[in-house]
Amino acid sequence: MKYLILMAFLAVRLSAPKQVPVFTEFQPFQQAHLENLHPDTTYIYNFWATWCRPCIAELPYFEKFNEKHKDEPYKMVLVSLDFEDKVETAVKPFMERKNIKSDVVVLADGKASEWIDKIDSSWSGAIPATLVAKGDRRLFFEKSYETYDALTSDLLKIDKNE
Amino acid sequence: MNKLLIGLVAVITLAAWTTKTQGYKVGDKVDSFSLKGVDNKMHAMEDYADAKGYIIIFTCNHCPYSVAYEDRIIALNNKYAPLNYPVIAINPNDPDLYPSDNFKNMKIRAKEKGFTFPYLMDEGQHVYPKFGATKTPHVFLLDANKVVQYIGAIDNSTDASGVTKKYLENAVDALRNGKKPNPNYTKAIGCSIKTKK
Repeated sequence: MKYLILMAFLAVRLSAPKQVPVFTEFQPFQQAHLENLHPDTTYIYNFWATWCRPCIAELPYFEKFNEKHKDEPYKMVLVSLDFEDKVETAVKPFMERKNIKSDVVVLADGKASEWIDKIDSSWSGAIPATLVAKGDRRLFFEKSYETYDALTSDLLKIDKNE
Repeated sequence: MNKLLIGLVAVITLAAWTTKTQGYKVGDKVDSFSLKGVDNKMHAMEDYADAKGYIIIFTCNHCPYSVAYEDRIIALNNKYAPLNYPVIAINPNDPDLYPSDNFKNMKIRAKEKGFTFPYLMDEGQHVYPKFGATKTPHVFLLDANKVVQYIGAIDNSTDASGVTKKYLENAVDALRNGKKPNPNYTKAIGCSIKTKK
């Protein structure tokens, strides 16, 4: 029976087109993604947008990391800050074109001055930016990555005492 | 002894803090700058003899967040320039990295939108790092003495119809009434300013 459920789950996962949840308000995003985190899982949130060139340039590194660590307790979420009216016209076509495998959500709450600090108080609001969370630990990087190694080095810091 | 120790710790903490954060803070006096505008003329704060303050906005062509605020920036200048708080817009981006932000395209955009304020190119990217601007749009409100009184966002909503707090207007109005802006620091999402390596 367990096996059957697993099979059904896999079948759905493989066949269903990728869903893109859209959060027009911050609070539901916070509830769904930043609260009640599994203590042993490393969560990686990359804040990006289809119009942001340095963001687009570094996405392949995030995708590669996600692919390499897919059997480990990592959870990658690409948080698009595209405007709500661009979800169908820009975000989804982009994901299809680039064959994005990581989970994508759109955070389209325009009242950013009220939620930026809730992501990280050091964030100026510029993108790209990346939040890494594990247990009670948080690391925040307001920068863009030029290489896969540079990204990996930062992401893995969450498991080190630095 | 205790007092000395506390004092020492405070000095060290302050030193660490100032080296970590870059650019002007509220209360800092801004250095003069002279930059070329889309009218091909050089512009400086000193051009405004009667200025009671300056609304410096780092913005650009390519960034959707900047574009979303264009009409509001025009409205701000139309409202506050006659009250001697002119808008001065500066494009901080390297045009080699974003061709849509080059001088020619700045001229085209300024004409299309009918910018009523100077739109300046931060040639060589020397000015924006002094301000500590990290993104577009990013606002710095200065008083008559060129001292920073407010840093941050224009208002609290990217979508103009959703605005419920006009941070920048409230800050200018506070200065006009001889008061300190509150809040004097806000945040917004923006496009990171790109510099050549």
